[in-house]
Amino acid sequence: MSIPQPLGGPIWTKPFKVFAVFAAIGLTLIAIRFIYGLGAITNMSNGYPMGLWIVFDLVIGTAFACGGYALAITVYIANRWEYHDLVRPALMTSVFGYTLGGIAVLLDLGRYWNAYNIFLPWQVNPNSVMLELAVCVLLYIGVLWLEFLPTLLEKIGFKKGLHFVNHLLFVFIALGVWLPTMHQSSMGSMLIALGAKVSPLWQTDLLPLLFLLSALIMGFSVVIFEGALSAMGFWKPMETPLFIRLARIIRWVLAAFLIIRLSDLIGRGYLGLAFNGDLRGNMFLLETALFALPLYILASYKHRENRQMLFIAASSMLFAGIVLRFNAFLVGFSPRPGYVYFPAATEIMVSIGMISLEILAFLYFVKRFPVLSFGEHQTKTAQ
Amino acid sequence: MQTENTFHEALGLSRRDFLKFCAGVAATLGLPAGAAFDIAHAVTNPRRPPVIWLSAQECTGCTESLLRSQHPALDTLILDLISLDYHEALSVPSGHLAEEAKHLSMEENQGKYLLVVDGSIPTKDDGIYCKVANKTMIEHLQEGAKGAAAIVAIGSCAAWGGIPSSGPNPTDAKPVSALIKDKPIVTIPGCPPNPYNFLSTVIYFVTFGKLPELDEKGRPKFAYGRLIHENCERRPHFDAGRFASQFGDAGHRQGWCLYKLGCKGPETYANCPAILFDDAGSGSWPVGTGHPCFGCTEQGVGFTKAIHQLAEVKHVTPPATYASIYEPEGKGASPVGAALAGGVVGAAVGAGAVVLNILSRAKKQKQAEAEAKAAQQKTLQE
Amino acid sequence: MSLDRRNFLKLTGGAAVLGAAGTAEARPNKEPSPDAVGMLYDATICIGCKACMAGCKEANDMPIDSNLAEPGQPPIWDTPIDISDKTLNIIKVYKQGSAEVKDREFDGFSFIKRHCMHCVDAVCISVCPVNAMRKNPVTGVVTYHPEVCIGCRYCAFACPYNVPAYEFEKPLGQIRKCQFCDHRLKQGQLPGCVEHCPTGASLFGTRKQILEEARRRLSMRPGEEYEYPMQTVDSPHKHVATVKQYQPYIYGEKEGGGTQVMMLAAVPYDKLGLPNLPEKSAASRSETVQHTVYKGFLAPSLLLLFLLYITNKTVRREQHEEERKQLEEE
Repeated sequence: MSIPQPLGGPIWTKPFKVFAVFAAIGLTLIAIRFIYGLGAITNMSNGYPMGLWIVFDLVIGTAFACGGYALAITVYIANRWEYHDLVRPALMTSVFGYTLGGIAVLLDLGRYWNAYNIFLPWQVNPNSVMLELAVCVLLYIGVLWLEFLPTLLEKIGFKKGLHFVNHLLFVFIALGVWLPTMHQSSMGSMLIALGAKVSPLWQTDLLPLLFLLSALIMGFSVVIFEGALSAMGFWKPMETPLFIRLARIIRWVLAAFLIIRLSDLIGRGYLGLAFNGDLRGNMFLLETALFALPLYILASYKHRENRQMLFIAASSMLFAGIVLRFNAFLVGFSPRPGYVYFPAATEIMVSIGMISLEILAFLYFVKRFPVLSFGEHQTKTAQ
Repeated sequence: MQTENTFHEALGLSRRDFLKFCAGVAATLGLPAGAAFDIAHAVTNPRRPPVIWLSAQECTGCTESLLRSQHPALDTLILDLISLDYHEALSVPSGHLAEEAKHLSMEENQGKYLLVVDGSIPTKDDGIYCKVANKTMIEHLQEGAKGAAAIVAIGSCAAWGGIPSSGPNPTDAKPVSALIKDKPIVTIPGCPPNPYNFLSTVIYFVTFGKLPELDEKGRPKFAYGRLIHENCERRPHFDAGRFASQFGDAGHRQGWCLYKLGCKGPETYANCPAILFDDAGSGSWPVGTGHPCFGCTEQGVGFTKAIHQLAEVKHVTPPATYASIYEPEGKGASPVGAALAGGVVGAAVGAGAVVLNILSRAKKQKQAEAEAKAAQQKTLQE
Repeated sequence: MSLDRRNFLKLTGGAAVLGAAGTAEARPNKEPSPDAVGMLYDATICIGCKACMAGCKEANDMPIDSNLAEPGQPPIWDTPIDISDKTLNIIKVYKQGSAEVKDREFDGFSFIKRHCMHCVDAVCISVCPVNAMRKNPVTGVVTYHPEVCIGCRYCAFACPYNVPAYEFEKPLGQIRKCQFCDHRLKQGQLPGCVEHCPTGASLFGTRKQILEEARRRLSMRPGEEYEYPMQTVDSPHKHVATVKQYQPYIYGEKEGGGTQVMMLAAVPYDKLGLPNLPEKSAASRSETVQHTVYKGFLAPSLLLLFLLYITNKTVRREQHEEERKQLEEE
């Protein structure tokens, strides 16, 4: 087993500067939102009261950040310790992804100063999916930081604290699996209350299950994807053997998702809508194709071994998850005929700014904190 | 313009006042200001159009109203403007003399004269309930219509039946249009009709030699094209939901909308609120005085519906002010937003392609290295 | 498959726990309170005078909703295009073809009044995380409470009629919606729209009275004369009008579990923009799914225990192994 180490190197690099500019633009726009209201920089309206920020930053952002969740299940629940090296980087993206998702919600909340009410037991409505979502996501952000604590403690060399945290680590890990299971499925449940406002292509009682499975798929592929990216960015070898085995697990989740998705549609008799040739039908076909492509790629051992193919499969799955969420929340959603929504340029810039912040944090942390670990002999040569 | 001068001089009018009158008529007709000169020219033409006026089952209200027009010497003007060859109330001769004048004029002006009818035509028992000169109105009408260029049915009775035709209608009263089918008929309904609507129609006919544009009920559109409701001075109260509920209540005294008292303005076409009645100043029309319109110009409303009954609001115009069911709403893609979104997707795909490219290069490098290694081993082995 | 048999069994065991607890009963639709208030909107006697809109603005002190003003110019006229944060009640028009005759589907037109339907089993109440939407237990009026609202707008997202509207133009905005003029009902007054309606097209009564009145109207033959009450169902003030050819059912009796505002019209309701909703309320459907998974928090608790058990075992074992390795190395 290898030991994670900081990568080192300068922080203030060229990509870092570019992302810093995007982050600064985003932060400026956020200031405008708080001074002039949501309408000043977003295209949200009474018909589309939830826009890009909720769908992209929260629903998609946290699904993206499910790497930690997916790996925690693999490593700690299914007891596959060979994947342990991947946990830390995945965990870190989860920490930032979820934290920024949480911040996005705060930006989006129309009456953020009342947000404390979701923690008052006498005030909350246990029937609300939103309540469960809010509480779970907020708790999970806390849990993620606790899970990430060993990394921080190692850095500052606080041995006693590290020992204590390690002792309780299993609790955080259990919570870290438990909370996303609940809230990733709840993001699907959220749409059930919308009834006919969501197209039958996406409106089903199985939404929670579909969202949970696709979150797992996205989580796994994010691990591969990020592994490939950071191997690229820092010119370190990719942990291909690990990814090949990971890809084998994904296959089954992917197959389960597609079988459930299609049999549900056929069972409800709405599959025909997919071939209407309209935007919704085409988007559904795109979504399904993106889910099916990696299943095809990963079916053969030769492809799994091929890093390019592995990368294509991972990207495809990520896009599939993104498209599914955009479809269910925005494309498949219609308050009534005649209503339109497309995010404003400023709205998109805020989302880009948030992602830039996430990347900035990632770049900083892998260089200064013991996050990434590499194959044994490489580590030695690096030293 | 010799004739014109003498004409207005004869009327005791200055030329200026005369042209003002003509411009007023043009405005009532909804014609451009230049038309005033055409009108001035037409009404001074020495060959005045002959008019034969038949009175059937009527109250002479139409004639009385006409006589009370207060524009400069209008009574004189109407009598001099047209050649009124026969009118039972206004003709100077009477008895056989009057009948003779009528027949003479009808023969002389065959196909050119204007036939004006007021009052409804009784048709029960062969029309014996209204007789003049020992002839029924049916016979008079058919006889008069034969040589007429056009027919003007003045007043609600002639236009659509009016009071006599509303239940129980003992004489089986019918409008002119029910008996005459082969002549153009203009209807000027109202009880009484506004004299200017009649006058303007006649002057239009005299000036342009044709009838003004009519609606499907034969009413000139310039006068009956819009609901009373649309031009009503109390309309803002209607829009604001301020209704008088009883005669004399606070709302009524403040001039609020009379809809709830049964005002038929919303279903009655007439220009009453625009041109008022008999030059008596502002507010000189029923709604202006605080009484709900009772819909005298409108068949099926006036003398048919109860005074207090609520009107059916017709042709709520302008319809553009109502939001449609699926009113377009929300903010769509702006060019910058769409470009940005496209850019993000493009950047993601592009980045993926770059990564793939690097991966393939790394692979090739690795393969090359492996081959080199193998070659090296081979040479070592050798 | 990479999972060995033992781990596979563990996973399926966990799933079984989830499934076993997931047999909670489906939650039925909620029932209306016996004294629930109601409103009947009869499109066939509506004259489109918009007096109800003016009355609503006055009663609720709402601002002008101008969609005609040039940007940067002061609003000149109240011209709302939909229910919004500035307009709680709107008369919309359905037009088809030449739009000549009122209350006719083809080549005709019809008005429709849109505002909160005050659903018996309201989805906005079900989805609000902090109970900022509440139903009065007696009158059944759905009210909004800004002092606890967090502004998540899930109510607006979920409402089938797109009623709750957030004030996007304000930095400290709130949700706006028709609250049946709750403040006026408390003072014994009628809702603003009902009070201003000159024809009784908006009619106030209890939900029961409203249903009876609506059924009475449906039982009339088209062309017959009917005495339409004004303002309230039991009002002595009536006016006579001919009965039109009604659509043969009352919109709001069953839709989405029933509403307290009900509609009668001569044009099919979906043409008037009223959504075709199933009898089962969206709230009950959503809550059934949610409660099936979370009933008594049993399944989640079991899942958590199960996870704790496994992680404890795996993490501990791994940590011990590491310690052993370190010891060996030393």
